[in-house]
Amino acid sequence: MSDPMIDITDVCFTYPDGTEALRGVSFRIGHGESVAIVGANGAGKSTLLQHLNGYLAPTRGDVRIGGQAFTRERIAEIRRSVGVVFQDPDDQLFMPTVFDDVAFGPLNLGVPPEEAERRAVASLDRVGMAHLRERPPHKLSAGEKRAVAIATVLALSPDVLVMDEPSSNLDPRGRRRLIELLATFEHTKIIASHDLELVVELCPRVIVLDGGLIVADGPTERLLSDEPLMLAHGLERPHILRHRHPH
Amino acid sequence: MDDLGRMDSPIHRIDARAKIIATAAFVLAVMSFPRYEVSALMPLFAYPFALIAVGNLPAGYLLKKVAVAAPFALFVGIFNPLLDRQPMGMIGPVAISGGWFSFASIMVRFTLTVSAALALVACTGIHRLCAGLKMLGLPSPFVVQLLFLYRYFFVIGDEGLRMLRAAEMRSTGARTLAFQTYGTLIGHLLVRSMDRAQRIYRSMVSRGFDGEVRLLRREAPGWRDVAFACGWIAFFAFARSWDLAEFVGRWLSRGPS
Amino acid sequence: MHMADALISPAVGGTMWATSAGLIAWCARKVKGVCDDRLVPMMGVMGAFIFASQMINFSIPGTGSSGHLGGGLILTILLGPHAAFLAIASVLTVQALFFADGGLLALGCNVFNLGFFPAFVAYPLIYRPIAGARRAGGRAWTAAIVAAVAGLQLGAFGVVVETKLSGISELPFGTFLMVMQPIHLAIGVVEGLATAAVVEFVARVRPEAIATTPAAALGQRSLRPVLAGLLVAAALAGGGLNWFASSHPDGLEWSISKLTGKEELEGSGDGPRGPAARIQEKTAFLPDYGFRPAESKPAPAESSAGPGAGPWPAVSAGTSVSGIVGGLITLIVAGLIGYLLKRGGRTTT
Repeated sequence: MSDPMIDITDVCFTYPDGTEALRGVSFRIGHGESVAIVGANGAGKSTLLQHLNGYLAPTRGDVRIGGQAFTRERIAEIRRSVGVVFQDPDDQLFMPTVFDDVAFGPLNLGVPPEEAERRAVASLDRVGMAHLRERPPHKLSAGEKRAVAIATVLALSPDVLVMDEPSSNLDPRGRRRLIELLATFEHTKIIASHDLELVVELCPRVIVLDGGLIVADGPTERLLSDEPLMLAHGLERPHILRHRHPH
Repeated sequence: MDDLGRMDSPIHRIDARAKIIATAAFVLAVMSFPRYEVSALMPLFAYPFALIAVGNLPAGYLLKKVAVAAPFALFVGIFNPLLDRQPMGMIGPVAISGGWFSFASIMVRFTLTVSAALALVACTGIHRLCAGLKMLGLPSPFVVQLLFLYRYFFVIGDEGLRMLRAAEMRSTGARTLAFQTYGTLIGHLLVRSMDRAQRIYRSMVSRGFDGEVRLLRREAPGWRDVAFACGWIAFFAFARSWDLAEFVGRWLSRGPS
Repeated sequence: MHMADALISPAVGGTMWATSAGLIAWCARKVKGVCDDRLVPMMGVMGAFIFASQMINFSIPGTGSSGHLGGGLILTILLGPHAAFLAIASVLTVQALFFADGGLLALGCNVFNLGFFPAFVAYPLIYRPIAGARRAGGRAWTAAIVAAVAGLQLGAFGVVVETKLSGISELPFGTFLMVMQPIHLAIGVVEGLATAAVVEFVARVRPEAIATTPAAALGQRSLRPVLAGLLVAAALAGGGLNWFASSHPDGLEWSISKLTGKEELEGSGDGPRGPAARIQEKTAFLPDYGFRPAESKPAPAESSAGPGAGPWPAVSAGTSVSGIVGGLITLIVAGLIGYLLKRGGRTTT
């Protein structure tokens, strides 16, 4: 397996209204790596994430997952292997009950019902939400919704987990539980977040985006402690690193 | 209502299809009674009562929901006593006109059918109800439509109320919006809803959505379910054919003489 | 203008159920045939939007009252007739099931009155010809108001006709009509204004959202034969109903008595009695107590129901007294059974 898990080469993307969201982005992410993508609002994070499971196709450049390019035949398989957890769990949990929602993906893969049920239960167990299986999603707390949204993706046994602002809307305890949960996953992880403290805890590597370009790519502690770099791109140095490296 | 649907009771465990069929038969039976009938309808209360009792449903709560919906039936029915003054029966020395009978009949039918419908939903839950309807042949796009509507009503309703509160706080205390504001606010809500639909679609596609929404509900009807539907239908047919109330009344009236 | 179960007869309710169910099946096939998966969440969310928007009112200047969006027309403008019809039907179904707003038997009527007319009459025959591709400006507003008024007028007329055909309410046809139509003229204007305002707003801030909705994908081409078919079906159903209404007060009742070979006990006095009725008379608990069924006479109010209307089954005076007693008793018994079941249920669960 010499191919990197994710290989992005010179990706550009322009929206139909003319907005240039990505202007030549390249990076590689290896198997099992955890990488954060940070940047101010409008830097291109969400657009970039939408390329990772083929929802958007680059106007120019190349996206490869596990060495495979997106083709009509492969797109279903690639979408299974790249699980995306969206920012608003209400968008992700659209079925009548938690259980139906987690089983949605496996059933679409053509998995037999018994197996789909087994996978759904296992995924709910994995995030500690098995007791909620018959609940309607609108009755869950923000933290529960987030955990179930992650379970819906785990049920597809993905190789890569892509998360957009996983800690948004969570109270401190819910956020702490989420971080602990994510730390137990061995998947390749890509996390786009403004929560830089979470980034420090979970991702050893960080990619800084600004204006549709990668302005920095390297070890988290070094980049996020670089105050001028952070401030120049609408970010700030997380407190956690201040305490570790007092000046 | 959701919490009620998730409870467990012998009634909750009955296959959704059996309950749908029994309730449909119930509504048809109730509505097929002659227009002046009141007393013969009474035995039919057994059905909603049984659902509520065995299903451990909160009767007061359901009753309140029935009462909330009553005004329309009341409004149209109330004309009957005014228009149909032909005396039809006596209670002691007082002659009762046909209009009062048909009015009472309308209200009894209303209470029967509405309470049965509410009890059906409360002891089944929307998702099992929809799965049952699908298995009974309701087209799947419509079933999915019902489920999505129910799911996002809460989300969008919440969003709408938040926007309304924000608008109210900046207005001069008026409870309703000016037309101009209304168009903008509802327009915003609509645009947000469209964006949400797009995001939902994205999340569906990323989990392999191919145009078909599959529901994992394996309910095999057992003898209990068949017995439930058949038993009730037999009871409705019986109550429809023989006026049980009349029999009881006559039997009692004979007693003292 | 949701109709309640209590006001319609099974014949009318059943006919409208069949009609609406057929329309739903047809629209579902059409929507599936478009192969635009985006419609699935879009329809659901738009239905929820209509539901939610009805919680928010605006004040109508000079009247002191308030209005809100009804939804049929705006859904059709956004989604096209077929998807919109399904969305409207789903809103009405959820309202009937969860909010007891409109009944189960009346659901067919409600879906038809509030869904069919805006989606398949007002939109294609009025809104589109007037507005064309415009979504803002005078023409679009005119189109929305005229289409909303027309849709609601037809819907209100549907309510009146269905109520009258059912023969449960005593309201004379003319009076009911004179009440319903003007009220719905006002409601229609309000609905049209609200629709136009919201559509214009969306067209301004998100023009592509309105342009790319799949409304265009489902053409008007296929609509005409369907409309023609529906008209024929309606005429046939109407004729059938009329026959039922005149010779048999109640289609279902009639078919039940036919099936069981037994006329209603309190049925038409001069009709031939079935053997079952004779047996029943002999075995009745107290035949000499109640008045003879033959004494029941048709209520004169009924003669206005229609030419050739036979005597309606009327409750005899005797039936009513013992009936009231018996009714109360059975009600109590039913309640008692429920109570006992509940107690039993508590101990076992």
